[in-house]
Amino acid sequence: MTALMTLEGVTRTFGNNIALNDVSLEAHPGEVHCLLGDNGAGKSTLIKIMSGVTPPTIGTLTFDGKPVSFRSPRDAQAHGIGTVHQDVGSIPLISVARNFFLGNEPTKGFGPFRRLDHQTANRIALEQIRQMGIRRIGDAEQLVGTMSGGERQALAIARALYFGAKLLILDEPTAALGVKESKIVIDLIKQAREQGIALVFITHNATHALSVGDRFTVLIQGRVASQFRSGEKSREEVLNLMAGGEAFDAVGHGD
Amino acid sequence: MTTAMETTIADPPAPPTRFGLLERLLRIVWIGPLIAALVIYIFFVIVGGASGFFSIPGTAGWLNTAAELGIIALPVGLLMISGEFDLSTGSVVGAASIIVALGTGFYGLPIELTIVMALSLGVGVGCFNALLVNATKLPSFIVTLASNFILAGTALGLSRLISGSSNVSLKDAGWAEAVLGSKWMFFNVSVLWYLVAAILAAWVLKQTRFGNWIFATGGNPDAARRAGVPVARVKLILFIWTAVSAAFVGIMSAVMYNQGNAASGQGYVFQTAIAAVIGGVLLQGGFGSVIGIVLGTFIYGIVSLGLFYTGWPTDWLATFIGGLLVIAVLTNNLIRELALNRGKKKL
Repeated sequence: MTALMTLEGVTRTFGNNIALNDVSLEAHPGEVHCLLGDNGAGKSTLIKIMSGVTPPTIGTLTFDGKPVSFRSPRDAQAHGIGTVHQDVGSIPLISVARNFFLGNEPTKGFGPFRRLDHQTANRIALEQIRQMGIRRIGDAEQLVGTMSGGERQALAIARALYFGAKLLILDEPTAALGVKESKIVIDLIKQAREQGIALVFITHNATHALSVGDRFTVLIQGRVASQFRSGEKSREEVLNLMAGGEAFDAVGHGD
Repeated sequence: MTTAMETTIADPPAPPTRFGLLERLLRIVWIGPLIAALVIYIFFVIVGGASGFFSIPGTAGWLNTAAELGIIALPVGLLMISGEFDLSTGSVVGAASIIVALGTGFYGLPIELTIVMALSLGVGVGCFNALLVNATKLPSFIVTLASNFILAGTALGLSRLISGSSNVSLKDAGWAEAVLGSKWMFFNVSVLWYLVAAILAAWVLKQTRFGNWIFATGGNPDAARRAGVPVARVKLILFIWTAVSAAFVGIMSAVMYNQGNAASGQGYVFQTAIAAVIGGVLLQGGFGSVIGIVLGTFIYGIVSLGLFYTGWPTDWLATFIGGLLVIAVLTNNLIRELALNRGKKKL
């Protein structure tokens, strides 16, 4: 199977500071690639490069078999890269439908009478988040602020998929969530994988990573410390790697 | 029986969405200002009705006040929803009025040319505010406060330099007299303009993509930017809108009172923001409605004129408005909390 997105020898420096050093990784359709590492390991920089926020200093990006260099996040989105941020990019005091279609609002009518097509927006937004398994939301005009953290993640994921994302980058989607809410997100990830979406899942939580990950990349100080497939390493080994390679008392620290 | 069965089978996933009366009322974002407006109106009808508050001149009185305030308060409110302030509107009103007065009365220019000049001043001030806010990332509160002072001083200085006075009479407004300065019974034509402005603002906020961007820009600028919303342009357009509206009110007052005054208009600086907040606009941005802002200006007009009709000393007006502002902010916060918590506990 060929990779949807490939990074080869990506290095990114900020002044004298080397944030990423010769990182290569692949994201395959229908697979979850977990990106692990401590704070400051270079995960955020890697996401920024993949989602078009900053270009790499050295190295190449290939998407869908073609070399690409993104001019902006918008450009990356147009290629089919959806990024769901930790704060989910939702605006609490506007409706589910308005959030869903923000920046891509459907309109009807012509000239000065061109107006938002509320009906279509409400219908599609509701359909899409229901497809994600969020059944509690029965009204697209409900404020996003009334949704739980997991439901907002679902909204953001549904939104990215609806607007044509083939690669979905999830930036610590479970970080601020409780156990029950995290499960919703993990289920969403599995569901997207079944639809053939390539996923990059950034997390601190080894349990979450191991429960869905197909491939794993562990970053330490901007370098790839280890790359392996699901089943190749034990939970303890993974925790050790995440903690910077030193011996790690998994029982004492849990996750 | 069978039809009922069929519908259930055809549409099984929909959970019952039943909203209680309270919940349905909470969804109306301007419910708070509406109740406040009604209570205050009834209060003044009872207390001041006998001396004429409820009469046609009384009604015209508060509507005229609300209209002149509201034409500026509408875009100021939209700008606040987008997360920014504009405190420079007062000086634009004064400067626009003196441009029209000096132009026609001192230089003998045709009225339409002076109107274009005054409106251009509005565009210029709006661009200046927006560019400074977007480029420096300074709070618009400070930027527009500064431009309010700069413009006020400049208008006053130039006016005195040119004509020797800060107060200049207009000469023959011509057609503008009918369009901007006429009256019907006791109602100023500004009430009609206010209606037009309110319909335009409501349309933009609720029915256009730009309206959605206004909410998003104020609600979460980073998320808005990531979704492709041109945040800086949204603010630019709104800053121009407020300043042009302020210029329009300045032109209107110059034509209506047949004079321009470079020092006039400073009352609008805070009155417009107060009306928007009383009307339910969230100070931090991201929330508000046009109907709410309109009700906010009504409340302001009713209180200003109502107090006069009660026969109480009008010195107390500011005290009254200040108290109202505190109550408005508190109730608006409460209503928003209730609206947001709706449904959260069910999980």
